[in-house]
Amino acid sequence: MSEPENFAFTPENLERAKARIAKYPAGRQASAVLALLDLAQRQNGGWLSRAAMDYVAHMLGMAPIRVYEAGTFYTMFHLRPVGRHLLQACTTTPCWLRGSSDVVAACERKLGIGLGETTADGLFTLIEVECLGACVNAPILQVNDDYYEDLDGPATEALIDALKKGEPPPPGSVIGRRGSEPVGGATTLHEVAAPATGEEA
Amino acid sequence: MLADQNRIFTNLYGRGDWRLEGARRRGDWDGTKDLILKGRDFIVGAVKESGLRGRGGAGFPTGLKWSFMPKESDKPSYLVVNADESEPGTCKDRDILRNDPHKLVEGALLAAVGMGTQAGYIYIRGEFYNEAKRLQTAIDEAYDAGLIGKNACGSGFDFDLILHRGAGAYICGEETGLLESLEGKKGMPRLKPPFPAAVGLYGCPTTVNNVETIAVVPAILKRGASWFAGLGRPRNTGTKIFCLSGHVNRPCNVEEEMGIPMRELIERHAGGVRGGWDNLLAVIPGGSSVPVLPKSICGEVLMDFDSLAAVKSGLGTAAVIVMDQSTDIIKAIARLSKFYKHESCGQCTPCREGTGWLMRVMDRMVEGDATEEEIDTLLEVSREIEGHTICALGDAAAWPVQGLIRHFRPEMERRIRDYREKAAAPRRAA
Repeated sequence: MSEPENFAFTPENLERAKARIAKYPAGRQASAVLALLDLAQRQNGGWLSRAAMDYVAHMLGMAPIRVYEAGTFYTMFHLRPVGRHLLQACTTTPCWLRGSSDVVAACERKLGIGLGETTADGLFTLIEVECLGACVNAPILQVNDDYYEDLDGPATEALIDALKKGEPPPPGSVIGRRGSEPVGGATTLHEVAAPATGEEA
Repeated sequence: MLADQNRIFTNLYGRGDWRLEGARRRGDWDGTKDLILKGRDFIVGAVKESGLRGRGGAGFPTGLKWSFMPKESDKPSYLVVNADESEPGTCKDRDILRNDPHKLVEGALLAAVGMGTQAGYIYIRGEFYNEAKRLQTAIDEAYDAGLIGKNACGSGFDFDLILHRGAGAYICGEETGLLESLEGKKGMPRLKPPFPAAVGLYGCPTTVNNVETIAVVPAILKRGASWFAGLGRPRNTGTKIFCLSGHVNRPCNVEEEMGIPMRELIERHAGGVRGGWDNLLAVIPGGSSVPVLPKSICGEVLMDFDSLAAVKSGLGTAAVIVMDQSTDIIKAIARLSKFYKHESCGQCTPCREGTGWLMRVMDRMVEGDATEEEIDTLLEVSREIEGHTICALGDAAAWPVQGLIRHFRPEMERRIRDYREKAAAPRRAA
């Protein structure tokens, strides 16, 4: 792994960073550290270099060690390069009860890598994560920012095939459930149903 | 069963439009100005009278909590909404954030009036990226429509609401860990006292409330405290979103009346236990932190704070994790021990060392590679962690193990005997 020597926000990200800092009272700019590290990580291809953390520290007027602390404490920051598709398999008890072992096994079989590893082509990194907070749609695989839900082994393999082709399916339930509604239709809210509308822009 | 007209979260499943226009059709932002003008004492009084208890797990009376905020202070004060939903089994706030975000925004405004603060932060877990996008859209819509910001709803009251994304850490769901994180530090909980109502965010008076707690406030104020108090049972009032996960036929979230029998909840809304009620082994009734209950208790128990406390468990976040007879119950709990070991922030020795120790011994218990006496040691060590740490993560790590030993000790002993017999077998054969 080669650590880049320099990092600087693009002009667009610099504007975004300023807007994030402006959300907090004057003198409390350290509150924006997670937001700026997230911006830096996105700009840097999914991981945080030392140079990026130093840059954020300088921008926020924080001691670099304080930024390294944040960078190492929070699990969503990666201090080494990751694949283009970061597969985050939840294996905590509610997902485990619904077959998360099959999801992990499908990823390992399909990609020939184990947990914590990256494929040679740099396309996929597979990691184990703790509860993602979507337990009634277990098991869950988070791919970068998106949750894929109600998975099993074959559905996981199909998802990886689609990602390889560069055709990610829409996030959410892979069996077509609407949100957390029970399969086969809701047991409640029959009298207040409103027509469905479009997604956010 | 709770009648549909008594349900608060009428867009729980996202069938309708989550944006401002759809929210208005469902009654959000209706009469908000009048409620603001009725003032602080009215709002706190109504919330107290409704009996609302915090929906984040601890169940502290919400109105009472708000009344701890200073009436007069030379410092600013803050409302902080805890949207760091991370308790295994729990995914109720996610539905509010993505499908009913305006209930949360309107609730935050009314809560702010109630506690006399003019700024609020919503701390959402970083993994909820798409949910955060929707919530930010809802906040922007509310600003653009003059519902929040300067002169909110034309009431003369100013209120700013800011969304803050976390970056992956269960401990930030603990209120003081959350405040540390919001200040840009590691999410290490603070020693209390001082409590946040005195010294919270940026050293200023602060109240931290769960998403669901805040999102039910508009309904309480609009429909009346007595309506809310009339649902459920005394001290356990209102409605609640339950998350039904694990070995049920149709996992789902559902809003029901507090105090609904556990069996009715599972059978009516989640299609029952996989393989039928008799195939049930155990249920964790309120998220991973509360002790597991065996089937013998599940048939009768009611789903509310006091009923579940009476059987030495808890309502917690009302996340019901169902396990059928096929479950390796020791492994199910051992996985939770691994979770707490992973999530311990490391500042208190009993938790930092204890969660790792619990995990290692639990892993051996899964195999049976232990002695019966070690079960007692496990219990003893869990009691040494419990109550000896700054925050409740130590307790939360101890309780699942204690629940396992309380109800499934014979299974643990059988596992140990089997392991011993298997180890001895080759020698006998030789």
